[in-house]
Amino acid sequence: MKNQTKITAEKGVQELFIHREFEAPRELVFKAFNDPELITQWLGACDMTMRIDYFDSRTGGSYRFIHSTPQGQEYAFNGTIHEVLAPERLIRTFEFEGLPERGHVVLETATFDVLPDNRTKLTIQSVFRSVADRDGIVASGMEYGVNDSHKKLDELLEKMVNQPA
Amino acid sequence: MRRDVFQAIADPTRRQIINLIAHQTLTPNGVADSFDVSRQAISKHIQILAECGIISIKQQGRERYCYVQPKKLDEVTDWLADFRKSWESRFDKLDDLLANMQVKTNNNSKSQ
Repeated sequence: MKNQTKITAEKGVQELFIHREFEAPRELVFKAFNDPELITQWLGACDMTMRIDYFDSRTGGSYRFIHSTPQGQEYAFNGTIHEVLAPERLIRTFEFEGLPERGHVVLETATFDVLPDNRTKLTIQSVFRSVADRDGIVASGMEYGVNDSHKKLDELLEKMVNQPA
Repeated sequence: MRRDVFQAIADPTRRQIINLIAHQTLTPNGVADSFDVSRQAISKHIQILAECGIISIKQQGRERYCYVQPKKLDEVTDWLADFRKSWESRFDKLDDLLANMQVKTNNNSKSQ
């Protein structure tokens, strides 16, 4: 059975957590997060493709990733890498370049824990600048760039209209 | 007249207004510039959205700006659903990648 992805986002606080377990030893999971050849194979969500503008993966390094939709729309993200502690922890910032102003930076800490039977537990903590940033960025899809010319929000609103009041 | 989230999103123009200001903070006139209808009509829609609590209007200097209140939309939707789905999709790909990496590691250790 597939491992479940769990998101914890308490109301009114400016952080959220992503939890997931993997059927692989932690060195491999860590490598998949930190190796440019590997990260492009999975980090593009849904039907997005991902390419690396630069990725200097070391403590004090930085990165810039570009995700594109099949229609050719592009979304760029960049950040600073604060810690690469193989194979247990990665700390970096994350900023979506499509926002009208700079500074809506997210601080992400990914922790890789060893589980029995060569399994790994991943926990990502994302701390946003404000509660409004967290709720707005997550709800609009900006965090992961699948905000395809406002289409998703339209669909969401359509769905909401069809729900009984 | 009813003033709740359903009333707010019942009208297609209001849905477009929410959509617009969800992505950028605009003045009421800035919103009106994106539509072919009169400023008065847009102003009325903005007023209804504000009364429904979907948007708030804040005075900044000489201008007034419209902001979305995403929490209000939570009332009718699981706002994390799409976020979770996108991470599920990524982690599914990562599962496949990790499985491949382990096959390779095993093959290499066998051939050594």
